Amino acid sequence: MGKIIMTVDDSASIRQVVRFALRGAGYEVIEAVDGQDALARLAAPLHLVITDLNMPRMDGIDLIRSLRSMAAYKYVPVIMLTTESQESRKQAGKAAGATAWIVKPFTPQQLIAVVKKVLG
Amino acid sequence: MMDAHREVYRVEAAELLAELEISLLELEERPGDPELVGRVFRALHTIKGSGAMFGFDAIAAFTHELEGVFDGVREGRVSVTPELIGVTLAARDHIQTLLRAVEGGGDSETAAAGAGILERLRATVAVSADPAAPERRASQPAAAALPDEPASEEAATYRIRFEPARDIFLSGVNPIPLFQELAALGHFNLIAHLDRIPPLGGFNPEECYTYWDAVLTTAVAENAIRDVFIFVEDRARVSIQRVASPAEGTRLRVGELLVERGDVAPGEVEKHLGARPRTGELLVQAGLVSPDKVEAAVLEQRHLDEIRQKRRTVETAATLRVPAAKVDGLVNVVGELVTVQARLSGYSLAAGGDEIVFIAEEVERLTELLRETVMSIRMMPIGETFSRYKRLVRDLSAELGKKAELTTEGNETELDKTVIEQLNDPLVHLIRNAIDHGLESPERRLAAGKPAVGKIHLSAKHAGAFVAIQVSDDGAGLDREAIRARAIERGLIAPGATLGEREIDALILAPGFSTAKQVTEVSGRGVGMDVVQRSLDALRGTLAVASTPGQGTTVTLRIPLTLAIIDGLLVEVGGNIFVMPLASISECIELARNRAERRGRETLLAVRGELVPYVILRECFSISGEPPPIEHVIVAETSTGKFGFVVDRVIGDHHTVIKKLGNLYRHIDELSGATILGDGRVALILDPDKLAGSVVRERQGAHGALRRPA
Repeated sequence: MGKIIMTVDDSASIRQVVRFALRGAGYEVIEAVDGQDALARLAAPLHLVITDLNMPRMDGIDLIRSLRSMAAYKYVPVIMLTTESQESRKQAGKAAGATAWIVKPFTPQQLIAVVKKVLG
Repeated sequence: MMDAHREVYRVEAAELLAELEISLLELEERPGDPELVGRVFRALHTIKGSGAMFGFDAIAAFTHELEGVFDGVREGRVSVTPELIGVTLAARDHIQTLLRAVEGGGDSETAAAGAGILERLRATVAVSADPAAPERRASQPAAAALPDEPASEEAATYRIRFEPARDIFLSGVNPIPLFQELAALGHFNLIAHLDRIPPLGGFNPEECYTYWDAVLTTAVAENAIRDVFIFVEDRARVSIQRVASPAEGTRLRVGELLVERGDVAPGEVEKHLGARPRTGELLVQAGLVSPDKVEAAVLEQRHLDEIRQKRRTVETAATLRVPAAKVDGLVNVVGELVTVQARLSGYSLAAGGDEIVFIAEEVERLTELLRETVMSIRMMPIGETFSRYKRLVRDLSAELGKKAELTTEGNETELDKTVIEQLNDPLVHLIRNAIDHGLESPERRLAAGKPAVGKIHLSAKHAGAFVAIQVSDDGAGLDREAIRARAIERGLIAPGATLGEREIDALILAPGFSTAKQVTEVSGRGVGMDVVQRSLDALRGTLAVASTPGQGTTVTLRIPLTLAIIDGLLVEVGGNIFVMPLASISECIELARNRAERRGRETLLAVRGELVPYVILRECFSISGEPPPIEHVIVAETSTGKFGFVVDRVIGDHHTVIKKLGNLYRHIDELSGATILGDGRVALILDPDKLAGSVVRERQGAHGALRRPA
């Protein structure tokens, strides 16, 4: 029933907030700690990816590029978490194919609003 | 809950600080190592970002500048010196102090120490005062995009053209939610332009050739409309143009609208006027404008008409009291008329001849108009009924020693008057249940960390030809163990049966079911949800229960807008014609036999990467004869999910006047009635929901008691 969302962040606390907010809104959540981990955890139905940009091993921008090059995830919406000081990173993320972005810090309500906006 | 998050942050930050220390010390030895710089930056970045999330504002503010410096190091603008390492280590210790301070803030002394460290940092870097000067862009898109309650401001009409870039899909954008968001802002009409779609040979399914024109009348500001497109603004051309309010001008003609929209040059319309056919058709014939554009202009015209109509109704608010029986009589006559009109259309096409076809088309148009008008007479907003329940909630909660507050949504949703009347009893019952069984006592709520006053939320919204009405509470949720025990006690399920959560929830709909431990004044007298279920059956509606332990229960009623006439899809199986309600159909596809795989007795079909169970109606109804080489699958949305029905042929849509079947058929749930076709034949109306349900039950029967996990 619930749509499946993957949250990719190296910060356990951010992942926890994202997970709490999404589960509360009825979504199913898969967690990954960085881009490589996310790619390893990809499973068939995935409706949305929420990723941080700065992560060890593989960052969010490379993750978006990888997803966009895979037939199964080419069109999966990706929301990136950015901060105000990262305008250039945000542009890079958009160029890589991110669907939307959320500026940190955000409240759970803002997160859900953006998720709903993207997923309809 | 927030405290739990803060604790996780504290632990995480402590780990990051330890890692930061190691990285900094290594960096001192190998100042050029980009990997180490990246590690330092990421640690600071996370400490800052997460800190801000959990209210550690002092940490976030302090770390912001440090992060900026190391961003500079990463980009080569700042070089790593022993001084920099030294001051960063001091800063690291300072963050630790802040972290240990009770509320993450600390006293003025710590603040001064922090300021001192930042001062030293700036002196050390001395490249640029604030390399990370934040560009304060439109703060948070989400917040602005939330549709507020319509302001008291005067509503304005906008025409919106949305032209996505060809490769928009590659950024995961789905345009449909955008339109849904716009539709939520006010009165909304939409048309898609298909004129840029190339012939099949040059067609790339991964590209978006379609663009859209919309007309929206809303009280929200133009910026709020722009915000809807915030994530796509650099991947699409979005133009938003304010239209003169319908009250300010008179009704514009299609030609004038086309000129105003910039689709046709001003002089061209007059040149072609004066001839008999309609302006739009003429301009299309002259090759001046594409049919789509004319349609968009017509759409705008209609939209403005609708708004004008609405306004007029508000202004005059003159009503006429008419006995309901008269309206019902009118509906019946219109039903007959629809049938006759279908016959006329069929006859005119068969007989040929321009004159008769022309007349038949005119009759069709008028009948359609008449049908809509008559149906709208019976439509009433549900809000009046909703507001009556405020009192009910107040009285019931007082009686039961609970605290509850009723909120409503979608009061303006319109439903057939008779439907609304018949909804009253089930809704009262559901609200009683929600307060009595759903909400906990104020003490238990407080103990569970919830506000003492419980929430009962009533909402209504349109979903195709259905209205979905929800009654939700934020109580304890269904007690699945108790339900299970009770069901076993009542002999509804076998003691060892394995049931999924949804199946257990569905048990409360069984006749005579009640789990209340004590009989109260209000509910739990053995009259349970089955009463609600029966009233809904009479309305051809469906009932679903969803519950999350600790968070509450939601009961959703799906009710057809009207009982008398529906839009149906005519299908043929071995010479027999059946009608399926168009509202529940999501798509029609050809059945390629090789794609279907048989799994036991369940037949599954891959539709867009999703496995959809289906049934061959020819087999299901024991219709003899050979199926055609290519069959069609009608995929319908049912309460058990998507379900496919295989038919020989899809004929087309049909305004279906529902006639009740005789008493002989009243136990056949799978048929919701019959209708008379244009040529006088009778077609049975299938109920996809019930049909899918009985097929699933039959298949499960064949499997034995074990079911697949839901």
